[in-house]
Amino acid sequence: MSKLGFLFTAYLLIWIVLAGYLLSLFTRQRRIDRELLNLQEQLKRRS
Amino acid sequence: MRNAEARTRIFDGALWAVTSLAIAAALYAVFLYAPTERTMGDVQRIFYFHVASAWVAFLAFFVVFLASVLYLATRNLQHDLIAASSAEIGVLFTTLVLITGPLWAKPVWNTYWTWDPRLTTTLVLWLIYIAYLMLRAFAGEEEKTARFAAVFGIIGFLDVPIVYFSIRLWRTLHPKPVIGGSEGSGLHPTMLITLLVSLIAFALLYATLLRLRVRLERARREVRRARLALNA
Repeated sequence: MSKLGFLFTAYLLIWIVLAGYLLSLFTRQRRIDRELLNLQEQLKRRS
Repeated sequence: MRNAEARTRIFDGALWAVTSLAIAAALYAVFLYAPTERTMGDVQRIFYFHVASAWVAFLAFFVVFLASVLYLATRNLQHDLIAASSAEIGVLFTTLVLITGPLWAKPVWNTYWTWDPRLTTTLVLWLIYIAYLMLRAFAGEEEKTARFAAVFGIIGFLDVPIVYFSIRLWRTLHPKPVIGGSEGSGLHPTMLITLLVSLIAFALLYATLLRLRVRLERARREVRRARLALNA
C-alpha cells in the first residue's frame, strides 16, 4: 500500500469507528427508553 | 420542567453544531492547511488525529479518576454515572490511537507493531479500561459495583502518566514529544495550529459523546430500579 493509502485507511477507519459508536449509542438509548416506558406502565397498572 | 427540557435540547443542538464545525475545520487544517512533512510525506498527517485521540483518551480517563475519587468521598451515584460513561469513551479514543498508530508505523518503521514501551503501555491502558467496563457489566449490586469500579478507576489511572512519560524514560522508536520536549524538538507553527484545532475538535466530540452516554447510563439505572420495584 502507498503512503497515501495508509493515510486514507487511517482516516476512513476513524470515521467508521466513530459512526459505529454513535449508532450503538442511539440504538441502546432507543431500546432502553422503550423498556423503561414498558416497565413504568407495568408499575402504574400494578399500583 | 418543559423549559428545562427545551434548554437541554437547545444546548445539545448547539454542542452538535459547534462540534461538527470544529471537526470540519480540523479536516480542512489536516488536509489543506498543514504542510507536507519533509521525511515522512503525506502519511504524517495521521499524526494530528492520532495525537488528538490520545490526549482526549487521557482526558476521559482523568475524568474517570476524578469522578471515582468524588464518588468515594461523597457516595453520590451521579459521580459513578459520569465515571462509567467517561471510561467507555476513553476506550473508544484509545481504540482510535491503537488503529491509527500501526497505520502510521507501517510506512515509517516498516512494521505495524513493535513491543516498544509507548505502544505496550498504551495497549495495557486499553486493556485496563476494557477490564473496568467488564467489571461494571458483570458485577451485581449498584453501590457495590460503584465502589469497586471507583477503586479500579483510581488505580487504573496510574498507567496514564506511565504512557505519557514512557518516551522520556525509556529508549523507544516512538517519536519524542513535540510539545515540551527537548531542545531542537517542536512543530512548525502551521502544524502546531493544526494539532490544536484537531485537539479542540476531539475535546468537543468527547463532550458531546459524554452527554449522550450519561443520558443512556441514567436511563439504564432507571430501568434497573423499575425492574427491582416490579419484582419487590
